[in-house]
Amino acid sequence: MANLKAIRVRLSSVKSTRQITSAMKMVAAAKLRKAQDAIVQLRPYADKLNEIQSGLSAALRDTEVENVFAARTKGNGKVLLVVITSNKGLCGAFNANVIREAKRIMAEKYPAEAGRGDLAVMTVGKKAHDVLKKLKCNLVEDHSDLFHGLTFDRVSALADKLMQLYMTKEYDTVEIIYNQFKNAAVQKLTVENYLPVSMAVEGSEKSAPSDYIYEPDQVSIVSELIPKTLRIQLYRALLDSFAAEHGARMTAMHQATDNATDLIRDLTLQYNKARQASITNQLLEVVSGAEALNG
Amino acid sequence: MKIEIITPDRKIYTGEIRSVRVPGRKGSFQVLKDHAPIISTLDAGPVIIADDQGTEVRFEITGGVIEVKRNRIILLADSVVQ
Repeated sequence: MANLKAIRVRLSSVKSTRQITSAMKMVAAAKLRKAQDAIVQLRPYADKLNEIQSGLSAALRDTEVENVFAARTKGNGKVLLVVITSNKGLCGAFNANVIREAKRIMAEKYPAEAGRGDLAVMTVGKKAHDVLKKLKCNLVEDHSDLFHGLTFDRVSALADKLMQLYMTKEYDTVEIIYNQFKNAAVQKLTVENYLPVSMAVEGSEKSAPSDYIYEPDQVSIVSELIPKTLRIQLYRALLDSFAAEHGARMTAMHQATDNATDLIRDLTLQYNKARQASITNQLLEVVSGAEALNG
Repeated sequence: MKIEIITPDRKIYTGEIRSVRVPGRKGSFQVLKDHAPIISTLDAGPVIIADDQGTEVRFEITGGVIEVKRNRIILLADSVVQ
């Protein structure tokens, strides 16, 4: 029988752990609500923007409108991965999933580029930064501070930088890896092609382009809409990841609180049994002592 | 005729309207019922809506895009100054 003191100490430590995890759950739930609102509000805008852009691309398919963000036939084959994780841990497999996928892409999709040193990684989130740094990946930049006050303006600055890097032929491909927010309990690991912009239109046959009037003209609309779409796409990825992070943390902390509660129940039972056994022992000693005296 | 005004942060306005005047890149223009399909980029300026009852609603936007198609208007504003 484990001794009483050891169980008592263990019990109190589990209790304080439960207090912490349940407080973290509350905090994550509050932050999730805010983050979820932000992503839910952005989605209609992003969807409509995509809709307009794909309608436009369908209409422009046959015309020769130059697109600086389209795929280049002759490039240097350099690849930039943007890996989005969280700054803090304690959110289940949230970060591990993204990092595993990043490693898989490096090993399977771009082994040649990685070998040549043409594969660079940009991280948003300390977790990916720490792990990938240890693996000696070619880390170019870290934008973990972006999550401290996630605003469209700051994300736009990063998006503009990515576009700049693409236009100056620094990289030929930019891909984003992040967790998409489905609901509080479910995150969907997503890999997106960021640049070049694909002008291919899905199901373009059924949405036959209307004869739009373009103002001021097609070229300037395209050149204004594409950067706008790219900025929104990055913003959306970051908001998705942010909401997913809090969802994952809430679920993980909920689980931890439940586990602690189970443990506390078992330990309390064990403690009471041990206490009872020791009382029985003491009684036996007293009774047999008295009996020996009477005997 | 239905309009949706959306910014990256929130939905600003949605509903049935009679007309809307927007600050197009080539000059301000008004959209009435059965307007031809148009896509236009917008400059900073006022968006003036006449709603169902003819009441005027006004927003100041900092730029954006408008798409009009089959009496459905989508106005994507960069941001709205209240």
